[in-house]
Amino acid sequence: MQTVSLLNRFIYTWVILFILWYAFTTSLEPAELITGGFVSLVVASFSYKVFTGSGLKIFMPHKLFFVAQYIFIFILALIKSNFDVARRVLSPSLPINPGIVEFNTKLTNDFAKMVLANSITLTPGTLTIDIVENTFYIHWIDVKSDNPEIAHTEIANNFEKLLLKIFN
Amino acid sequence: MEILKYIGIGLVLLGSIFLLLGAVGIYRMPDVYNRLQAGTKATTLGAMSLILGVGFMEPEWLVKTLILVIFIGIANPLSSHVLARSAYKNNQMPIIKNGIDAYKKINDSEKSEEN
Repeated sequence: MQTVSLLNRFIYTWVILFILWYAFTTSLEPAELITGGFVSLVVASFSYKVFTGSGLKIFMPHKLFFVAQYIFIFILALIKSNFDVARRVLSPSLPINPGIVEFNTKLTNDFAKMVLANSITLTPGTLTIDIVENTFYIHWIDVKSDNPEIAHTEIANNFEKLLLKIFN
Repeated sequence: MEILKYIGIGLVLLGSIFLLLGAVGIYRMPDVYNRLQAGTKATTLGAMSLILGVGFMEPEWLVKTLILVIFIGIANPLSSHVLARSAYKNNQMPIIKNGIDAYKKINDSEKSEEN
């Protein structure tokens, strides 16, 4: 994991926590904002070391563009996977051919790996069982191949490309 | 604001349908992992769309419901991963007819280290 300065990580944590506070209160009264700023400062000072490894870099405009693109692709995949489940569940013959495949990821950032694992779980027909170092173990409801390369392109390619752009 | 209310009602209805499909999936699938597959996807989108629908019906809550949706999007797949992993570690063997099980070797090597 790449290291950035502690101050950078601290400010990132503070900003994120303050945005969260604002989203929950949704009020612009000075008292609320000052309390929120103070509370998020205290919480950030305890948690910034475990909260983030990559810091403020993610707020750069072209990265935010990739984040938006990622969210769009992700929501499409989520909707598609629900129709996939519906199709399998409602057809009388229950068309499943399950198996567990493995593949290696190019991602190095822990947070990026978590995002990829969660996205894989929510895309059609796949469920992340475990991550060991760089290897993902995926339960695939309709196995097309046990070759790691093919599994990688079939399952993770779109997401991984964008995550590499966002986190590197 | 009428139109927002109707969008909200539509989203709640859609969410309920997906949740129902998830329940049917849990009933019909043969083993833990396939049940998790159906359960996770359906409950994630179902709950998201239901909560967002409530947000559209009461626009003051919209931001809060958006935060809830994001938290569900993070927590739901994570918990399903933990369930699947612990099921495998506790010898709930998946029903696999084609013999493709890459996770078995990891599990076996961990067991032999323990013994």
